[in-house]
Amino acid sequence: MPARSLPASIDATVDLLAEADYLADRSLGTVLYLALKMGRPIFLEGEAGVGKTEIAKVLSTTLGRRLIRLQCYEGLDITAAVYEWNYAAQMIAIRVAEAEGERDREKLEHDVFSERFLIKRPLLQALEPDAAGAPVLLIDEIDRTDEAFEAYLLEVLADFQITIPEMGTVKAAHSPVVVITSNRTREVHDALKRRCLYHWVGYPSAERELSIVRRKVPGVGKKLSEQVVAFVQALRKRDLFKSPGVAETLDWAAALSELDVVALDPATVSDTLGVLLKYQDDIARLEGSKVKELLDEVKSELRAAE
Amino acid sequence: MAEHNGRLAENILYFARALRAAGIPVGPGAVLDALEALRVAGVGTRNDFYWTLHAVFVKRHEHSILFDQAFRIFFRRRGFIDQLLAMMLPQAPAPREAPQPGATRVHEALYAGLDDKLKKEREIELDARMTVSDREVLQKKDFAQMTSAEIAAAKEAMKKLVLPLAEVRTRRLAPHLHGHLIDIRRTLRASMKGGGAFIDLRFIGPKTKPPPIVALLDISGSMSQYSRIFLHFLHALTDARKRVSTFLFGTRLTNVTRALRERDPDDALAACSASVPDWSGGTRIASSLHAFNKLWARRVLTQGAIVLLITDGLERDADDALGFEIDRLHRSCRRLVWLNPLLRFEGFEARARGIRTMLPHVDEFRAIHNLESMAALVAALQRSADRAADPKAWMQRVA
Repeated sequence: MPARSLPASIDATVDLLAEADYLADRSLGTVLYLALKMGRPIFLEGEAGVGKTEIAKVLSTTLGRRLIRLQCYEGLDITAAVYEWNYAAQMIAIRVAEAEGERDREKLEHDVFSERFLIKRPLLQALEPDAAGAPVLLIDEIDRTDEAFEAYLLEVLADFQITIPEMGTVKAAHSPVVVITSNRTREVHDALKRRCLYHWVGYPSAERELSIVRRKVPGVGKKLSEQVVAFVQALRKRDLFKSPGVAETLDWAAALSELDVVALDPATVSDTLGVLLKYQDDIARLEGSKVKELLDEVKSELRAAE
Repeated sequence: MAEHNGRLAENILYFARALRAAGIPVGPGAVLDALEALRVAGVGTRNDFYWTLHAVFVKRHEHSILFDQAFRIFFRRRGFIDQLLAMMLPQAPAPREAPQPGATRVHEALYAGLDDKLKKEREIELDARMTVSDREVLQKKDFAQMTSAEIAAAKEAMKKLVLPLAEVRTRRLAPHLHGHLIDIRRTLRASMKGGGAFIDLRFIGPKTKPPPIVALLDISGSMSQYSRIFLHFLHALTDARKRVSTFLFGTRLTNVTRALRERDPDDALAACSASVPDWSGGTRIASSLHAFNKLWARRVLTQGAIVLLITDGLERDADDALGFEIDRLHRSCRRLVWLNPLLRFEGFEARARGIRTMLPHVDEFRAIHNLESMAALVAALQRSADRAADPKAWMQRVA
């Protein structure tokens, strides 16, 4: 998709996301619009499977920008996140220069530590100039990494410049659009959150989830989609260890349509419960008659609503 | 809202102060951000206005509710807003404050500094009075039977007790003298000095770090004599280490980590008491552990945490739920240490149903009723589990 300018209003932002089949609510649209206009990073927090990572992908598709993804893990350091020197090539260059009888040490150092031998990792790639406009930098699951990396990231996000001791400072011509996601397995430091615009991505309402299912899984029937969404919404009200997210709902709808199911019945639900619930204790809690009870409740509510 | 445009900035400023009073930390930078955000987004519908301010002021999910309440109250009616503003103006007389908990100590500290000579003499006297045998007695004395002077001495001793505990290896690599990986970058830089003729190897190895500690402290009636002392211990631990989280439970579970971060121990304990509604009430261990597992386990137990469960284990309704929850807790952490003040009784046997349910799922079972046992705990956390604290031995000791 060709590069586009940033959306001009909150409505335009919500429409932009809808173009790529991402149905966001008004609060998310507001935060995204403000972040794009004010040039601030976005900090998205929420349970797993609610669509945090998806936002960055959708933004890059609709705005026509490159997506650069930095997946965080414990022990992530500058070598893996920012840059690394191509040591093998450097050593060969040194030996070749030696064999040729090159005596000028400064020239050698200048050659060896040049961009030719620099391997650029995601953070440095994000600062490079791009014809299509500043890229979208996705920093995924920042809660997996440790405080040292957070401190470094804070420094980078403040000025969008990185200093390579051997070469100099690299500064971005246009600040990238930064999206940071977190699963909240660790409290991220306040300083980083203060720099960003924060948003908690929660589970969608029944109507929004229904529209999402209909958009994303086109093959699913009208009645089935209503029942699926109502069942998942009822499940979330229960005391489960891990409630199913939107991704699980979509997977389930797709699985059921593969199985050519037209309407839910207890046997099918029990068989495919593993798509929705990922903990054995939760599945055990819903075994046997409880599935039938829940399904009957859901169906009677749907009939009453019609 | 058009006629309020001239006073919009002031309104936002006062709203920020209301948020601060409600408990959301809002700095002056956030107010400037809010004004810029409103300029960018425009003051349109009430809903958009709400979400614009929400995006700027709320930085934690828990603050969302506070923000909602504050917004509803603040931006309700014009007359009400003016009343509220009048209340928050800096000229308003401040209400009389209750004396701060640490006030007497500050007073003492100030006046103690004036009389240095006398103080020195007094110090020497104090040393002579606390003979070795007195100190030994203090070590072994049960907390429940201490006088307040002895408790003060115990608190001092506790501060000295919190040594750096054993560290665990992390995945972060740092320069290490005898590491097992060659750090090519530093090696190359070092060898550039010699023109590339010599290769001076430099190494990196895994960095070590003390593991996070999570303390679950029972504050019900049966533990009331020990709770305050343990809170002091946990406060000293919070001071000394980076990642210490503390939760208090009785009938409900409360996270008091931030309250314990206050420098002054009296302030910290006052903040704890203020936030906990069920002090010295009943005990519901199973439901508290369930709440912890559901809401907090995935947030504080990552990166190899050690859990200190401080409770006497006397649960009113010990059923399968208790066994299930403590099993889950055991699986989610690196080491689960159960500290039970009931072990102060010489002939303690694990007969109570609650205790027998919990014992198989615990890595270590230790006493915690006096300073000696606390020192033993600290020493034990420096090594791996030893056999004296093996819970299986306690299960078999019952005839």
